[in-house]
Amino acid sequence: MQTTLKATIASLATAVVLASPASADLTGNLRINLDTSNPAPRATMEAMISRFQALNPELNITTNVIDREAYKTQIRNFLSADAPDVLTWYAANRMTPYVDAGLFEDVSDLWAEPAIAASLASTKGALTLNGKQWGVPYTYYQIGVYYRKDIYDELGLSEPKDFSEMLANCEAMLASGRKCYTIGTKWLWTAAAWFDYISMRTHGYDYQMSFARGDVKWTDPSVYETFENWGKLVRMGAFVDDHQNKDWQQSLPFVVNGEAGGILLGNFTVAPLRTAGLTDDQLDFHQFPAIKPGIAMAEAAPTDTFHIAANGQNKDNARAFLRYLVSPAEQTIINNGDNLGQIPINSASGVSDDKFVQQGFEMLSSNSPGGVAQFFDRDFPAEMAKAAMEGMQEFMLFPDNLDDILERIESVRQDLYQE
Amino acid sequence: MATTSPRNKAPAKQSWYKRNEIAITPWLFLMPAILMFTLYVVFPIFQSFQISLFKWDGLGSLNTHGKYVGLDNYEKLLTRDRSFNTSLWNNLKWLIFYLAAIPAGLCIALFLNQTVRGIRLYKSLFFFPFVISQIVVGLFFTWFYDPQYGLFNGIIGFIGFEPINVLGDPNLATYGIIAAGLWPQTAFCMILYLTGLNSVDPEQIEAARLDGAKGLKMLWFVILPQLRPATFIAFVVTVIGSLRSFDLIAIMTNGGPFGSTRVLSFYMFEKSLSEYGFKMGYGAAIAVILFLIMMVFIGYFLWKTYQDEKTTNR
Repeated sequence: MQTTLKATIASLATAVVLASPASADLTGNLRINLDTSNPAPRATMEAMISRFQALNPELNITTNVIDREAYKTQIRNFLSADAPDVLTWYAANRMTPYVDAGLFEDVSDLWAEPAIAASLASTKGALTLNGKQWGVPYTYYQIGVYYRKDIYDELGLSEPKDFSEMLANCEAMLASGRKCYTIGTKWLWTAAAWFDYISMRTHGYDYQMSFARGDVKWTDPSVYETFENWGKLVRMGAFVDDHQNKDWQQSLPFVVNGEAGGILLGNFTVAPLRTAGLTDDQLDFHQFPAIKPGIAMAEAAPTDTFHIAANGQNKDNARAFLRYLVSPAEQTIINNGDNLGQIPINSASGVSDDKFVQQGFEMLSSNSPGGVAQFFDRDFPAEMAKAAMEGMQEFMLFPDNLDDILERIESVRQDLYQE
Repeated sequence: MATTSPRNKAPAKQSWYKRNEIAITPWLFLMPAILMFTLYVVFPIFQSFQISLFKWDGLGSLNTHGKYVGLDNYEKLLTRDRSFNTSLWNNLKWLIFYLAAIPAGLCIALFLNQTVRGIRLYKSLFFFPFVISQIVVGLFFTWFYDPQYGLFNGIIGFIGFEPINVLGDPNLATYGIIAAGLWPQTAFCMILYLTGLNSVDPEQIEAARLDGAKGLKMLWFVILPQLRPATFIAFVVTVIGSLRSFDLIAIMTNGGPFGSTRVLSFYMFEKSLSEYGFKMGYGAAIAVILFLIMMVFIGYFLWKTYQDEKTTNR
């Protein structure tokens, strides 16, 4: 708690100095569209907005929270037809269509301001397209295996150091009548987490990035190697049954009830697991283990972002809001263990002393020499990601269809990159 | 009639409108509908066709961001796209199995067409699934089919079958969704037949009875011919409904597992409007093909109505 408090106070002080000229008595309107519909993020965002409101009592703020999955399809409508001033979205390739269509405002000017330039430098790359910045990040989080420590202890297992240990753990877990990992693939992207990690552990970060750019054929032997590793888990029955019917939230009870040992997902998993009654003694985190020796560990740490709509009406207010939400003080608050429970993007912010945030922060800052990716469906172009993730779901159900699956994905790649 | 009398009195002073009143008035009455229909139905049809000739991500204007590709979208759809084939087959399954709503609706209607105390309540209970939203129907059936807690596996387990994951099995999922769709559609056909049965001529039944007709024979040769208008409407609405199936698929499987429950309308949505879909032109090409398929049935419907009108007018 101490480190957090100190950091909070320190950053509060800087924030007041930095923010006071910018946020002096804004007037007019500010419309905010949020995709933070899960309970914890929603409360966090609403609290943050009310603090901003308190600083600017004259400002008329309208907030619109949209279901996170539905938001992904609604964004294009409201961006062109009924644009808010500020909206949430994702970094990297997921911005491309909206940037290309001129629907996101260029906010390079914000990034040129000294307060932001220095303290957000680490995420600048993820927000940059065509040499300009198109939004600001507000949080990022680690992805890794959240597992039931009490069950591992009971079976005498420890955090796996490499893939063979991971498989051995899984054998023991299956022998005890449990599944090794839970997953819900109804919305497909959860399967991509497994692919992302196994691919990056088998071939490395640079390979994965050139893969995302379309330089690797899906029928390449290297891809087969990745799926072969994944297939070891699939074929031994490591994953819960009927995962194709569930979303990730519906897959959590398996962990809570001790029917599955763990889950590979982002840190946002912790909040619902805690709400469901798991204590920090029962739940722990470990990095996805190495598969091939000599391949540098690389992580996927998705960055969630705020953008200004190019068709918005109140761009000055919107800029003031972005400045406010990336300020060290706000970053410390919204990312702490009681709120998002994730990692702040401002280097002057205090990292929550929450066990999982600390582990994630440490892993990303010191144990990810290979590089930090965003996430499969944010690094790969949308259409490619969709086709590939569908194939991954099929693979998890019918691993023997692999040839056919990869051929199909490859034909999408050829169509996509030939143009 | 009042308007015609002044015309007879003063034929010389007639305005142009008065002279052509008989010819123009029907068109005036039709005008609002024609305008709306042109603006919201006819125009979009041509617009879809135009968009289907472009490669366009749907963001920014078609003229500046779109790229003309001719018939490439169609060529790819018809020759190289396996998802399109899956969707087409699924549409065919929908088309065939959805028609089961017609006999099912007839059976329930015959069953309910009696005067018992409280029959109105039973009728409205049977009609209930048609009143509630398709989304709710989809949710009901998703829970019903749930592999772990669902009633469906409870029932088949009771009879002694192994549990099956209907919506998770690529070979069964589409049938599972069609079954869910049949629930409200049957209710709709039932209502059509119930109203039809009201207008069945009791004298004909009486006469048939005197001639010794009973049971199925009575149904087939006496009742059903009189229900032909109801059957026709039920057929057309069910066919169009099956081609429009979308909500149930979106809510129950979202097209999955791995795209095996897609139909054309859902595939169009996926390609052009969904989370990962930015191919407006490709989506429009799917829409045009779906439109052409529907056109066969709509054309038949229009032709049939026209023929019927001709006979009644004669």
